[in-house]
Amino acid sequence: MTAGWIIDNLPALLLAVPMLGAFLTPLIGKFSEKGRNAWVLIVSFATFCIAAILTNEVLSSGTIVYTFGAQNPAAAIPPDSGGLPFRIIFTVDAMSVFMAISAAIVGFAVTLFSITSQSKMSGKDSFYALLLLMEVGILGMVCTGDMFNFFVFLEINSLAGAALVASRVDKGYAVEAGLKYAVLSTLGGLLVLFAIGLFYGQYDALNMAVIADSMQFGALDKIALVLLIVALAMKSGAVPMHFWTPDAYSMAPSSVTAFLVVASQASLYGVFRVVFTLYNVTLDYATIGWIIIILGVLSMFIGVSMAIPQKDVKRLMAYHAVSQTGYMLLGVGVGLAVLGNAAMMDAFGMTAMEGGLFHIINHAMYKGLLFLTAGAIFYQAGTRNLNKLGGLGHEMKWTMVFFIIGALAIAGIPPFNGFASKLMIYESVFLFSPILSIIAMVVSILTLASFVKVFHSIFMGPKLPEYSEVREVPRFMLAGMGILALLVILFGIFPQQVVDFLITPAATALVDQGSYIAAVLGGA
Amino acid sequence: MAVMESLYTGFGSWNPLIWAAAFVIAIIIAWIIWLRGESDYKAGTEQTKPFISGNAEPEKGEVHVRGGNMYWGFTKALEDYYDRVVPLHSGILTDYILWFLGVTAFVMVLVLGGGLL
Repeated sequence: MTAGWIIDNLPALLLAVPMLGAFLTPLIGKFSEKGRNAWVLIVSFATFCIAAILTNEVLSSGTIVYTFGAQNPAAAIPPDSGGLPFRIIFTVDAMSVFMAISAAIVGFAVTLFSITSQSKMSGKDSFYALLLLMEVGILGMVCTGDMFNFFVFLEINSLAGAALVASRVDKGYAVEAGLKYAVLSTLGGLLVLFAIGLFYGQYDALNMAVIADSMQFGALDKIALVLLIVALAMKSGAVPMHFWTPDAYSMAPSSVTAFLVVASQASLYGVFRVVFTLYNVTLDYATIGWIIIILGVLSMFIGVSMAIPQKDVKRLMAYHAVSQTGYMLLGVGVGLAVLGNAAMMDAFGMTAMEGGLFHIINHAMYKGLLFLTAGAIFYQAGTRNLNKLGGLGHEMKWTMVFFIIGALAIAGIPPFNGFASKLMIYESVFLFSPILSIIAMVVSILTLASFVKVFHSIFMGPKLPEYSEVREVPRFMLAGMGILALLVILFGIFPQQVVDFLITPAATALVDQGSYIAAVLGGA
Repeated sequence: MAVMESLYTGFGSWNPLIWAAAFVIAIIIAWIIWLRGESDYKAGTEQTKPFISGNAEPEKGEVHVRGGNMYWGFTKALEDYYDRVVPLHSGILTDYILWFLGVTAFVMVLVLGGGLL
């Protein structure tokens, strides 16, 4: 196996490695628990390495088209295809690798954390297999260039996620939460499948580039657009379709919740991919842009206002996840609303989009970190109830420091990463509509207030007698949190480098529909 | 220098390294002021015990302000809002599905209606 072969097959390996890892995990687990843990860590790290190499390849050489089953995977339209890209094609552009690297980083941190946090639980073989399958679903969703294939990976993502939410049988609550997640995901998946059927009926194609190239924006296209946007927005937790989020996020094991955030972001990616790559300027971008903006504003405000009175730390954080999704929708929605106006795009539209996309990766890091700190607290104190917790800062100093980093980042306090992306959103959105920017800032203030409450409730106050035995969590859990905390700081201190390297290419790839189509059909 | 590059925000710019340097300088100044203060702290003496007007110190668990007691005023002031929004989070799956389908129908009308916004 040469380095050249690996480079040539990176998109396939990105999925094949975690998929093989998932299927072999229960088998290895039959023989050795330590061996299985080592295997899962190796697979997760290898997936991260492949994602990193793929990111570098795409950002240095341009979009990679990978055709499965073809003699030459780089040829989207093989000679034996009759001139149509009918095979499953991965179209991996800068937007895809931006999402993939974000998922792979969080995936590795979450796996590291789970090695200890799940050590007392039963059913670990299935747990790790499902975790890796969820990663397969996420990576597949963001890399594929085929609509039906997108649906398949969406289902893998949803089913693995639902099973993981229900994995801790806690008086039936977790199972109930898993069921809600599964039913809503299936309903959303059905709408997505129906929309794909409409495309296939009209254009005889499932390939995104072919559909984009043929797009007429007739009545059926409008119906497909609505079904896709609403179903994927529901999956990403946008208000008023967010109700499953606090239920599922709070009942899942914390490492799973941290990864569910990324799974939701893959659906958000789906919304952006549909409106920019499939439709682009053919759609009524002002109307669709405003719909996304309104979903964003509702998510921001209702998410944070519902978080403030919560007494369960994970439920509170789940509402904040909804709120933060609003920032991403707002930033990218503003970019979409002015898509057809070159002057406005140059003045603030692209920056708003970059801010929204930057917030995706920042959110994955700090929200992942916050959910892991909640897991560390539950691991040691055995409760998530803010009315019962207190004084843990005396013994859990590292966890407290990681929590502070995550909390300041989500509240948009400098110099952490949340501030950088929020600043881009505030200032660019202000040029579009000052009131939207002001709402975003008010939501950040409320977010800070909410996390001050959490910090005080959990870590401050005298040592409580009921937690006299509590100590700092083991090293694997600290390492998982440490990786994300380090990235939160680095992305905050060097934001322009991240924007130049990852974000601007991703935003440009998203807007530039012509290049996406040309990458697949260029030789046709 | 590349690492000193500012973040372009569409309206202005932001340099976290200059901010961090200013923050460190402020911390150093605060620390110097703290050092110049009178050192009269003695661990394990009466001065380290809380003074509550001569009353006995309550149990540790009694003095910690719990999470549920915080922002009571905020939620009270927005009682009308919370009275409407909280019940929507009913925990009932069919309600969730209804919201999902309702939003789908609403957006469908907006888009098929030719852009009413």
